[in-house]
Amino acid sequence: MNRTGLHVDWTRCDGRGLCVELLPDLLGRDEWGYPLPHRSTPGRLLTEVPPGSVADAEQAVALCPLLALTLTTEAAT
Amino acid sequence: MNEALWAAGRASGVTALALLTASVVLGVLNRSGRPLPGLPRFSIALVHRDVALAATAFVGVHVLTLLFDPLARLSVTDLLMPFAGAFRPFWQGLGTVAFDVLLAVVVTALLRHRLGLRTYRTVHWLVYAMWPVAFLHAVGNGTDARTSWFLEVAAVSLIAVTIAVVWRLSAWFVESSHARQELR
Ligand code: SF4
Repeated sequence: MNRTGLHVDWTRCDGRGLCVELLPDLLGRDEWGYPLPHRSTPGRLLTEVPPGSVADAEQAVALCPLLALTLTTEAAT
Repeated sequence: MNEALWAAGRASGVTALALLTASVVLGVLNRSGRPLPGLPRFSIALVHRDVALAATAFVGVHVLTLLFDPLARLSVTDLLMPFAGAFRPFWQGLGTVAFDVLLAVVVTALLRHRLGLRTYRTVHWLVYAMWPVAFLHAVGNGTDARTSWFLEVAAVSLIAVTIAVVWRLSAWFVESSHARQELR
């Protein structure tokens, strides 16, 4: 079972909020509009993506207007 | 047959102008990061893409029909080389410029994940130059340019894009601009 993580490049993200709309269960917005994970994940990931949300996360990666999002997969140990 | 080609060439041209206008307005709205009632941000991004692709399709029909139309005397070179045409070369040349820029914008937008943000965004900015060129081409080259229905389409388009650009340049354009400016 692979684990999927969502990574955001903060030098690019401008808080446009598309990802927050597509992943409301995982992300909220801070007061400047930037995505804020509901539950913080250790390490450099924005958030971990549960299997049921991977398709939505892929949509967010595809639609982020600043190409700031990437998905990472790692084999669970 | 020629009559039909000529009519289709004109109709598709006007439709393309209207759709390009809608696409520019949607693109500016998309850039603002604001949703519309009933239309979340990601939908605006998708509608912007679809309207832009529809506009491109109508531009394709416009160019193809006139390529086969003897009245327009359009040649394949005219599709790439501006201002060398036989029929109103200056106004037609503007159409060529807009056509070539549009193709570049669409291709770089569709391949943006492979080309990277900078290329995609730089080429996308050219739209602000492309739209006025396309508009002038429509008004100057179009044989319907003095009919009232065409003038109405042209006027509404011009007003819509002007409002969008003025809004784009205003300090309150971005959704979170209020919160962000308080911080400074
Ligand atoms: S969609 Fe992209 S730019 Fe918008 S908030 Fe998410 S990561 Fe940032």
